[in-house]
Amino acid sequence: MNILVCIKQVPGSNHVEVDPVTGVLKRDGVAGKMNPYDLYAIEQALTLTEQYGGSVKTITMGPPQARRVIEESICMGAEGGTVLSDRKFAGADVLATAYTLSQGIERMGNYDLILCGKQTTDGDTAQVGAEVSEYLGIPNLSNVLSVESVEEDSITVVTSLDNRVVTQRVKLPCLLSMESDVNTPRLPSYKRRQTVTEDMVSFLSFADFADQDANHYGLNGSATQVERIFPPEKNTEKHSITGSAAEQTQGLFDLITARKLI
Amino acid sequence: MGYLKINQNLVTDENAATLGKLCPFGAFSYADGKLEINSACKMCKMCVRKGPAGVVEFVEEEPAGEKLDKSLWRGVCVYADHDGERIHRVTYELIGKARELAAVIDHPVYALLIGANVEKFANQLLRYGVDKVFVYNDAALKDFRVETYTAAFYDFIEQIKPSSILVGATNLGRQLAPRVAARCHAGLTADCTVLEMKENTDLVQIRPAFGGNIMAQIISTNHRPQFCTARYKVFSEPKPVDDPHGEVISMTVKPEMLKSGIEILSSVEKPKDIDISESDVIVAVGRGAASESLRAMAKELADALGGVLACTRPLAEANVLDAKHQIGLSGRTVKPKFILCLGISGAVQFAAGMKSSDCIVAVNTDATAPIFDVAHYGIVGDVNEILPELLAKIKEAKADV
Repeated sequence: MNILVCIKQVPGSNHVEVDPVTGVLKRDGVAGKMNPYDLYAIEQALTLTEQYGGSVKTITMGPPQARRVIEESICMGAEGGTVLSDRKFAGADVLATAYTLSQGIERMGNYDLILCGKQTTDGDTAQVGAEVSEYLGIPNLSNVLSVESVEEDSITVVTSLDNRVVTQRVKLPCLLSMESDVNTPRLPSYKRRQTVTEDMVSFLSFADFADQDANHYGLNGSATQVERIFPPEKNTEKHSITGSAAEQTQGLFDLITARKLI
Repeated sequence: MGYLKINQNLVTDENAATLGKLCPFGAFSYADGKLEINSACKMCKMCVRKGPAGVVEFVEEEPAGEKLDKSLWRGVCVYADHDGERIHRVTYELIGKARELAAVIDHPVYALLIGANVEKFANQLLRYGVDKVFVYNDAALKDFRVETYTAAFYDFIEQIKPSSILVGATNLGRQLAPRVAARCHAGLTADCTVLEMKENTDLVQIRPAFGGNIMAQIISTNHRPQFCTARYKVFSEPKPVDDPHGEVISMTVKPEMLKSGIEILSSVEKPKDIDISESDVIVAVGRGAASESLRAMAKELADALGGVLACTRPLAEANVLDAKHQIGLSGRTVKPKFILCLGISGAVQFAAGMKSSDCIVAVNTDATAPIFDVAHYGIVGDVNEILPELLAKIKEAKADV
């Protein structure tokens, strides 16, 4: 079976601060890395092709340097991958990102299964996968714990649906979002790294897509706008319980009794 | 709507370097005297507002197509999340919020109920002050399948045209809301922590980004409906109203809504686990209270206070405590009435998962630990000294009763 895995390059660290005076976002200059949740999807894809044959390709949207996560996926065992990169994609929200990915996936074609990670560490929305499947018109399942079996035209998976564990058989092609910690992702192979060639990573831009209406991509294709960003509030009402350890303990005890916890 | 234009004639080596440093997303590339913006750009417009004057400008464009008539979209709707046996309590929390939002613009509050034999839930929803409950009831909707539920949800939106839709960020809601939103070509903001209504019916959605390090205020001014999700325990559950006044409206389930490529083979309830987000009292331990003896005392304290023991991510990762006890962005979000944080430094990821608790008390030897930024009561002290003594006092007090 031919599997596409959607991956993303995320900042190496989430450490950002907003300068309270200027409103400027300050970020550590840490290099990008593969979104850690995507590793479970890549591992699942590789396991499936080892078992049932076929190939794994990866796809990402981002700046040209996002090719590094495609290369990393190749070092893990993917055959190749594609970066969707164009200034017209800039400022995309969930809707426009999902649409761009779906256009790229249709252009790549030839897939039986699409795998995604649960969410990204920078956006944290866990929504893009489901929206991609809507645009592709295929079924999707989230929080996938394991793949039980692959049949001729369907796949049987176990999912976590809040307080229930649900086993479902879904027609191919479909999109699965993997739950985190469901497998142990393999490390990129040093040996494979030596064999990565330029042509294993391809680039697609707006001009390659079937839909040539620029208003469907990037900021113009987004339904939401960020009005402002600001630092999280700090709690202003503060009390300190000071003194010796015995006095502090007494203070804490008084607080607990005052709040009728015992 | 619009785009960023670089005025190349104003670009110098210096201001190109300044812009390169200013951009939080590293979206500028500069070569051969030409400055370019690549697709890493998130359109935060920092370069326009804070960059060298005039080098980058934002060119406004009128949105294509017809202008949205917001008056055609009325009502604040809550998706009633349930598992066939009971309504998820996040639903009531969202109804409480929906009532506040709807009051600002004098809109009705709706609930959308999809499932099999769900009539019994409709009256429960009315008790929380909903004006209308719309019900899609069909045996084929017994199990959640994303295609059938999306079809019913979309049918509801086409017929009723609600202005805003609130969905609980459960596993089910996180799967359903994006599919419906994409079908409507509408915006969807995940995990909102603050929701406010503008008089023009625009829903102001505030959510943490970058692991809670910054807050983003998001609007969807040219699209309806406006979708958002919110996690359980982020908003407060309202009290049931004394005089439910709403009505239940039965919607037609059309055969084409029931098409699906998904077949449910089995659905079993998970074994009852401790759910730390259900508890009103939490004693949480971090690396500063990781030893076996301190953990045992913390557990004893939690039991004495009728609460549960929780932990930070490093302890869960070291398998000191099971992951289901973990608080934070990668664990559970909790909102207890009282939380005692022992030996926890208070990384943003942890704080994001507990900072809306009613009363936060922190004990830590490091006076500069960020936990004291979110704590209501701070104790700069040693857990090793305070915890045993506190436990002894509480046992004594309990024995006296």
